[in-house]
Amino acid sequence: MEVRVDRDRCAGSGLCVSYAPEVFDQSEDDGKVLLKEPLPGTGAAGAVRAMAARCPTGAITVHGHGHAHGHGHGEPAAPREPSEAV
Amino acid sequence: MSYDAEPIPLHTRRARFDPAGELRRLSAQGPVTRVSLAPGPGDRPLWLVTGYQEVRQVLGDQARFSTGRRFGPRTPAGGHDGHRPDDGIGLLMDYDPPEHTRLRRMLTPEFTVRRMRRLQPRIEALVTECLDTMERAGPPADLVELFASAIPGPVLCELIGVPRDDRGDFLRRCHAHLGTGRGRQERTAAGSAFTRYLAALVARQRKDPDHGFLGTLVRDHGPEFTDKELRGICVLLMLAGLDNISGMLGLGALALLENPGQLAVVRDDPEAMDRAVEELLRYLSVPHAPTPRTAVEDVTLGGKLIRAGETLVCSIPMANRDPALIAEPDRLDVTREPVPHVAFGHGIHHCLGAALARMELRIAYTALLRRFPALRLATPAEDVVFRVRSTAYGVERLPVAW
Repeated sequence: MEVRVDRDRCAGSGLCVSYAPEVFDQSEDDGKVLLKEPLPGTGAAGAVRAMAARCPTGAITVHGHGHAHGHGHGEPAAPREPSEAV
Repeated sequence: MSYDAEPIPLHTRRARFDPAGELRRLSAQGPVTRVSLAPGPGDRPLWLVTGYQEVRQVLGDQARFSTGRRFGPRTPAGGHDGHRPDDGIGLLMDYDPPEHTRLRRMLTPEFTVRRMRRLQPRIEALVTECLDTMERAGPPADLVELFASAIPGPVLCELIGVPRDDRGDFLRRCHAHLGTGRGRQERTAAGSAFTRYLAALVARQRKDPDHGFLGTLVRDHGPEFTDKELRGICVLLMLAGLDNISGMLGLGALALLENPGQLAVVRDDPEAMDRAVEELLRYLSVPHAPTPRTAVEDVTLGGKLIRAGETLVCSIPMANRDPALIAEPDRLDVTREPVPHVAFGHGIHHCLGAALARMELRIAYTALLRRFPALRLATPAEDVVFRVRSTAYGVERLPVAW
């Protein structure tokens, strides 16, 4: 599994940092997501997929293992909104 | 017509913990419907968005659904425009990019999870004080007066940096200013005293910045903010952090008291609280709706053609009860795997204080159940009076015993 973050989209909610601190961090400078571990082990896969779905701006995507973007455990995928970098 | 006789706007109507039946009937017709929120003179029909996916679509697309457009079609937001009223300056949710981006970029670092954790000991102390007062008062006590409404104000004062001695006056003026149950004249008078106090606070921090929220903003970005923007940001924090938190604390306590099995889960296992907070945020959905959006261009949403310039109101309680989000949406289950609910909104205007709110709710619920493990309602459940005339749903009073 490969994790990618889009810092332009990130609104700094800090959800990912709270729930998967081994994978995500939050910058002291701009409050946005920092990726600590782009290739998390299978142990973190569930938490990371859940974060991709719960991220309020769709800034986290998960790639590889045949899964599409941002799927949690049967939860709705975070739809990709028309992009506007903010 | 007296204020209380005015009809309750459709999108704020509830049936105890649930969205009102008329809202459900409306959403059965489709995820986007043309309605009048409060029929009467001057009311114009608008679009009510009740579907989860459609709400996310609107809130996630600031290019086509503007929050700032109602202040003028091409007005740059901020301290430099001629349209935005003075008391609207700094209210972030009413800004579009790029002005929104400019302000939000400077504020986001002040609300990180790490920064909020630094406030944790202070919040715990404030919650303990409230529980001490409640314990001293003895049962039966009003959980709203002594707990739900007593916690958010001091927490916000702590965040903004309002000195302890000033807090009583400050919060009284703030409630009078933001309160919906008063006449316009009284609100205006309280409002000017409230904003004058904030202006003085900003001026003091400009001169001698401390290490709190305002001091840090001034030190790091002083010249980039106008005084009115800084003052407005403080107003915004009060607007966002008072009724929403008091609503969640009071209503959440009631929901747990009516579901003793679920209360026992969170009382006996502090680890279960994070999930419980997420489920309560979703199930209770105390904010009725985020800032109305204006369509910037013609756009099709949920099968309906929305014309440029038309207004959309997104229903948070309906979106969070959509089966497209979660199975059995009307069942409270504090053990659920958290889902991407929209209680804090979605997209660029997602609640700036979400990390603070989550922490505050977790600390307060946990401490309440620890202090009073045998907490119970001291009134028949059907006699509980719900708070309907407010930007956030809640209970007016909650008599409890222990």
